[in-house]
Amino acid sequence: MSTDTPTETLDVKGQNCPMPVVKTKGAFDGLAPGATLEVVATDAGSMSDIKGWADSTDGAELVDQEEATEGGETVYRHYIRKTE
Amino acid sequence: MSTDTQPTPDGSPSVEEFEALQSRIDELEAELASVRSDVEDGPRKMVIIATKGTLDMAYPPLILASTAAAFGYDVTVFHTFWGLEILHEEKAEDLKLSSVGNPSMPVPNVIGALPGMDRVTTRMMEKQIADNGVATVGELIETSIEQGVNFQACQMTIDLMGYDEEDFFDEVETGVGAASAFQEMADADIQLLV
Repeated sequence: MSTDTPTETLDVKGQNCPMPVVKTKGAFDGLAPGATLEVVATDAGSMSDIKGWADSTDGAELVDQEEATEGGETVYRHYIRKTE
Repeated sequence: MSTDTQPTPDGSPSVEEFEALQSRIDELEAELASVRSDVEDGPRKMVIIATKGTLDMAYPPLILASTAAAFGYDVTVFHTFWGLEILHEEKAEDLKLSSVGNPSMPVPNVIGALPGMDRVTTRMMEKQIADNGVATVGELIETSIEQGVNFQACQMTIDLMGYDEEDFFDEVETGVGAASAFQEMADADIQLLV
């Protein structure tokens, strides 16, 4: 993540399919246009699930996805901007 | 399309015929635009028919329903026969896993058939569900309802199995049958039988 500072962070660590996507949608709906949502997950499937969701959702732009090891577990961070 | 309306040799359309055709084309183009906007503007739709009531088989319809809702779909899940148990307020969080009839189970059928084995395998799966951060059936139903998923309980099987409308979650729609399910399926982009 380099440019945008996330407006809101959604923590879905420890939750598995389909919850990361379902909760992302819920948090994204509450965003103002131009805002960026950061989703923090431990579900490896969230990489393709959230990409797929953003690709087929109007107004959702997947800015970045990162994978990092934090405190011994793999954490996936997704940044989604609301364009409209 | 040519706009030449000069009289033409015999056998070709006259000016009047040509104008009639032109106006018919305009009408059809307007109709096409209206159909196109209906298709493009309305949300897409998915209908799932849920017929199973075991712990493992409750997941596919609930996961797909909540996911489709997150993708902006209008979702209806029509529950019939054992699928009604998923919507049953008392039974939903207590669905069982059968220990026989599934070759993928780690228990041989002869042992799985012993009294109490369904309870053992169900506990095992419940523990795996919790350990893997998988939502419970109750959580998935709650999430789906929050997202506007329409859960329906087939009236004929409610009566057949001796249930009462009050047995189901408040948001469940009752008094529906095959005709309404069929109608919804005909309008849907995705139809699944689980």
